[in-house]
Amino acid sequence: MARIFALRLLTTLVTLLGVAVIVFVVIRVVPGDPIAMMLPPGATEADIARLRTLYGLDKSIGGQFVIWFGNVLQGDFGSSITARQPVLTLVLGRLPATLELSLLALLMAVLIGGTLGVTGTRLRGTRAEAGIDVANGIGLSVPDFLWGLALIVLFGVVWPLFPISGRVSPRLELPFSTNFYLIESILRLRFDLTRNLLAHMLMPALALALPLAAIISQLLKQSLKETVNLDYAVLARTRGYSERHVILSEALPNAALPTLTLIGVQFTFLMGGTIIIERLFSYEGLGNMAIDAVITRDLPLIQGIVLLFALLFTLVNLVVDMAYVLLNPKLRHA
Amino acid sequence: MLDGRGALRRRAGLRLWLSAGWQAVVMLAALFAPWLAPHDPLAQDLMLGRLPPFWLPGTEPGYWLGTDSLGRDVLSRLIHGARVALIVALVAGTATCLIGSTLGLIAGFYRGWTDRIIGRLVDIWMAFPPVLFAILLIAVLGTGLSSVVIAIIVIDWTRFCRVVRAEALNQSQMDYVHSARVAGFSRPRTLMAEILPNVLPVIVALLTLEMGIAVIVEAILSFVNLSVSTDRPTWGGMIAEGRIAIHHVWWVLAFPLAALFLTVLSFAQLGEGLRDRFDPVLR
Amino acid sequence: MSAFLEIRGLSAVLRGTDLRLLRSVDIDVPVGTVRGLVGESGAGKSMIGRAVLGVLPRAVEIVEGEILLDGRDLLAMPPVARRRLIGARTAMIPQDPLTALNPSRRIGRQITDRLVDILGWEPARARSRTLEMLAEVRIPEPERVLRLYPHELSGGMRQRILIASAFVAEPELIVADEPTTALDVTVQKQILGLISELQARHGTALLFVTHDLGVVAKICDSLSVLYAGKVVEDTTVARFFEAPAHPYSAALLAATPRHTDPASSLKPVPPAVMHAVGAEIAAADRSWRPRHG
Repeated sequence: MARIFALRLLTTLVTLLGVAVIVFVVIRVVPGDPIAMMLPPGATEADIARLRTLYGLDKSIGGQFVIWFGNVLQGDFGSSITARQPVLTLVLGRLPATLELSLLALLMAVLIGGTLGVTGTRLRGTRAEAGIDVANGIGLSVPDFLWGLALIVLFGVVWPLFPISGRVSPRLELPFSTNFYLIESILRLRFDLTRNLLAHMLMPALALALPLAAIISQLLKQSLKETVNLDYAVLARTRGYSERHVILSEALPNAALPTLTLIGVQFTFLMGGTIIIERLFSYEGLGNMAIDAVITRDLPLIQGIVLLFALLFTLVNLVVDMAYVLLNPKLRHA
Repeated sequence: MLDGRGALRRRAGLRLWLSAGWQAVVMLAALFAPWLAPHDPLAQDLMLGRLPPFWLPGTEPGYWLGTDSLGRDVLSRLIHGARVALIVALVAGTATCLIGSTLGLIAGFYRGWTDRIIGRLVDIWMAFPPVLFAILLIAVLGTGLSSVVIAIIVIDWTRFCRVVRAEALNQSQMDYVHSARVAGFSRPRTLMAEILPNVLPVIVALLTLEMGIAVIVEAILSFVNLSVSTDRPTWGGMIAEGRIAIHHVWWVLAFPLAALFLTVLSFAQLGEGLRDRFDPVLR
Repeated sequence: MSAFLEIRGLSAVLRGTDLRLLRSVDIDVPVGTVRGLVGESGAGKSMIGRAVLGVLPRAVEIVEGEILLDGRDLLAMPPVARRRLIGARTAMIPQDPLTALNPSRRIGRQITDRLVDILGWEPARARSRTLEMLAEVRIPEPERVLRLYPHELSGGMRQRILIASAFVAEPELIVADEPTTALDVTVQKQILGLISELQARHGTALLFVTHDLGVVAKICDSLSVLYAGKVVEDTTVARFFEAPAHPYSAALLAATPRHTDPASSLKPVPPAVMHAVGAEIAAADRSWRPRHG
């Protein structure tokens, strides 16, 4: 097992190095001189030369990469041009908002998809199952961006149930000391704030959750339907267990494994979706900041956000792979 | 049970026809936009601003789907917006398919170090959020239709590569491939004549899916104002305008949204239908 | 005294069609006896076993008949009561020990859970009874085996565990569905001997589904021969091997390999017999009308 983990860790490092190379290449081939954009109008040649040396731009491309990568490894992503603050500070400040949104969306996707998958299995062969199949098909082919817009029209305008902009009502006094507002509001027992935060997060999270919920529902139902006909499930029925117990206790633990692996990969897609969904709902997270950074051409900030997302994605995949090994009793002893 | 399957097949056939019907509508709108559109999609008239669609009170005759805040006709902009959507679907979809499938075929058939390099590239690509990657590329390349197409190719080739590679690998281990090789056919010929036809149904299904995705990516880029120039109407651009003034002119958002929904769904249905029809095993 | 299990006029069709899968089947299994159920694959042997245990596939629909367990008609009972009754008084030895144990749960819980959950035993009693039973099926180190996962055991060991699990709550009836088919020949003998020994010691009634007449000769008291879902012969084992009454039974017996006379064994069923039995079934079908179909 240690061997499997070591190998997996190695490929992760190679992937991260590749990510760094690509980010470096894309950022450095930007048409136009990045230095010129950092300077106020009227800077002298000497100023430019000094900045070039400072950023190592007078070195060869290879040398530049080594310096840049060395800085990145030490957590130095440079300074934001527009906000004039270290990129790391800005990015870490926004990360909690995006993490909370993604995790809430994941939770919703698992709950909705899991319920539909189990219900579809219990009602297999009926019209209700056919209905779930149609819903899955639509959920699978319509992306989060469109779900977000549809939710805005439905529950923001036609039937205004929820706020459609922001993370929390701007009038509220926030007593928080971290940026994990939702978690902190629960820990501080300020459930009035939890409610307000959840009301703001519900629609963006649902938009992110729906496509994943459809995938979970479809795959889970498929593997459950295979599992409930296996001999051990039949045997459990002859022993007096209800269909509900057979599905939840006998079939689900075995059928869930492929779904769990899939959720891992799909979770990174969901996180990728936060970028446009945060923009759509004016939610102050990393994605919204990334789009602002691209529009204002704040290259150090873009670079920091892209690297952070890449790191998160690779870590999620690593954790999922390791969880897969740990959860599978056959691999656990390998 | 047997009857149920027949009904299911008929319903699948109906869905396929409805999808093809919507695609035809979009294609006609794109081709004949100047003749079909009742108004100039760019003509502003502040006197006619924020007109609601025809079933609501306070409409002006001739503006069926209302106007936006600047008084531009929503129906005309919707029809003209089909052009960018269709171009992106066809060009970006096809190019992404060609590049990704070629790499996938090569990786799956030749295996060895080619496969390892391509596989590692796919891994690296999977570590980037696609939307952020696309936006970043547009920032680097500058806005415009060709940048949008390039960005879609760069972010989405992996979708084809992964699936086609797995399928080609699968096929290359079949006996008929071994016998072709034993019979003395070259590797490229075996790839083109034996493997490709069997992988084709999957590629076709992915291609139609990708066309729908390309339309969405373009809409997202238009939404953040990073697609074609703003004097060309796009569905994403209309959505952006509608989102800002959502409480005054929700229809500016709702109609292009409906068009996107139908387009994405019809591409997905078409892909599924084509796969079932072309799959020699299912047929 | 009436039999513990009585099947009366049981007919089943493929759901939504007129295609008959079981044709007015009558079978008795008296207390403490072993009834063999033989026939070719597809004859409906396993389906009868599954009907008794209430686990028919959804595609099979029972259209008439009674299944009486200790005098109570299972088909007329509400589903929950039926499930309880079957769970408490019957058990099953499945065909394939590789798929009949849940791969993600430890052996111990797979036997004891149901004693506690369904039969309401104290956990300590369930555990000690399970250990006793594992010793009875001659599993070495039962304490250790309880903590293992199925994939850590051989096929023969797993089948012993399933047998122990079937006998552990002293059921009055066990349905054994080809319990030796998936095993090696040498293991088959041991398992068959074990089932026979336990059946005799516990006085359990056994409905033994098999396609192997050699197995029937070793373990059964009586047998029913099935063809296309119809019982064509219902007789005792002694009489059957001496002089089968139905031509199909005779042909089946002739088709069985015999060590004593290799030359005369493995004869195919003659076409004339197949034709005759087919005509017999067609005639029965013509006069059959489902009561509620």
